[in-house]
Amino acid sequence: MKKTPLYDDHVKLAARMVEFAGWQMPIQYTNLKEEHLNVRSNVGLFDVSHMGEIRVKGPQALDTLQWLTTNNVAALEEDQAQYSLLPNAQGGLVDDIIVYCLKKNEDYLVCVNAANAEKDWKHIQENNKGAELTNESDKWGQIAVQGPKAFSLLEAVLKIQASIMKPFHLKKLNWKGYSVIFATTGYTGEKGGEIFIESKGASELWNELLHYGKDYGVMPIGLGARDSLRTEMKMSLYGHEIDDTTNPYEASLGWTVKPQAKDFLGKEVILKVKEQGLTRSLIGFKMIERGIPRQGYTLHTENGENIGIVTSGTHSPSLDEPIGIGFIKPDFAAVGSTFYVDIRGKKIKATTCKTPFIAK
Amino acid sequence: MGFHIPEDYYYTKEHEWAQVDENIVTVGITEFAQDQLGEVVYVDLPEEGQKVTQGTTFGVIESVKAVSDLYSPVSGTVIEVNTSLMDDPSSLNDDPINEGWLVRIEMDTEKELANLMRAPDYKKLIAEK
Repeated sequence: MKKTPLYDDHVKLAARMVEFAGWQMPIQYTNLKEEHLNVRSNVGLFDVSHMGEIRVKGPQALDTLQWLTTNNVAALEEDQAQYSLLPNAQGGLVDDIIVYCLKKNEDYLVCVNAANAEKDWKHIQENNKGAELTNESDKWGQIAVQGPKAFSLLEAVLKIQASIMKPFHLKKLNWKGYSVIFATTGYTGEKGGEIFIESKGASELWNELLHYGKDYGVMPIGLGARDSLRTEMKMSLYGHEIDDTTNPYEASLGWTVKPQAKDFLGKEVILKVKEQGLTRSLIGFKMIERGIPRQGYTLHTENGENIGIVTSGTHSPSLDEPIGIGFIKPDFAAVGSTFYVDIRGKKIKATTCKTPFIAK
Repeated sequence: MGFHIPEDYYYTKEHEWAQVDENIVTVGITEFAQDQLGEVVYVDLPEEGQKVTQGTTFGVIESVKAVSDLYSPVSGTVIEVNTSLMDDPSSLNDDPINEGWLVRIEMDTEKELANLMRAPDYKKLIAEK
């Protein structure tokens, strides 16, 4: 099993370690709820070094990324980042990604999910349009700093004016001799960003963030709270809301698809599904009766007809009530629609609600 | 780790405890179980009068993280349910071995107790975790 450059630090912090996508990762340090709420009220540090990084360079870099992704990479200026999707030829999704523009037209870093890193690397190589590709996953450690006090902490440690950066922008810098890319991206809905740092400098940066973070109430945050934080924002997680068969339009990701701008892999199939009319929508819902929805539970009408499936569900620490995300027939997608979740054989009433679940 | 494991309780390998008073068995989860679960947010318990069987599920406990089945330490009839947990399961985290009890079961036969662990064996089990 693989270890991130922060493994020893997690053990020192007495984190509960679990296997995730072939990596030894901290699931929690103290308590999921405490960690979750600390990100909402102060600031949290996340080890996301398990994420994969693929460098796409050279004269064919832009053409390659335009073909491989759904969003319009040509619109990215240097030091900007973009959420995007890797479609497959069948119109499903290989992964969701962030593309970082290090130099317009010729140098990009693509950040991919840990669970998909090997698959993506193969897929990108197979569909390459002549770019110089390097798998830099081992080169980079990655630390996310998220929460209302994140910018203050980042400014204290990285000595950059993070708070004046717009979302999805980046800054290349050198920190104590290590190459760093700081980007105002994240997976919690909070202010803050994510720091790519050369692996050998990751532990030093982590400890410096913990040290200076004491003034801001910093806590290290495990994968458990990372999942409940993103669920409250209705952000997709590969393997839950999206997979090899998901059409981006039904997963509420149509905003990342730019068919007018370019051709891309699977474009015709993706558009054809949209034209034929979507058969399901991704919604957020709350429970009217008692119960917690979980991935895989089915959704039903009052008379039992199967109308959908839960993709993610948890007890929201911020709201202190159960929340769920799921695919449902479009007739039930309007806010206020009611339906039933099959929870261990019992039909428990639920209702479609506004998302994100918490106002940001 | 500093889990309180009463000497006079019986234990299952799924981390339930059973306190026996003649033929009445009070059932709960151990401190080790609550530590593993994290904050409990939901409990699904049987109704009074329901029959339960040793080693099979009689309810469900959910934390923010996960769903866990509850396994009955003995066979018998549920005679009392800690309904206060339905509205506020916090005592399952605060005091799982007393106030956070789940159900009381009138057991069919004392013989089944031989299938359960006593405190020293249970301590060994969680030490291996």
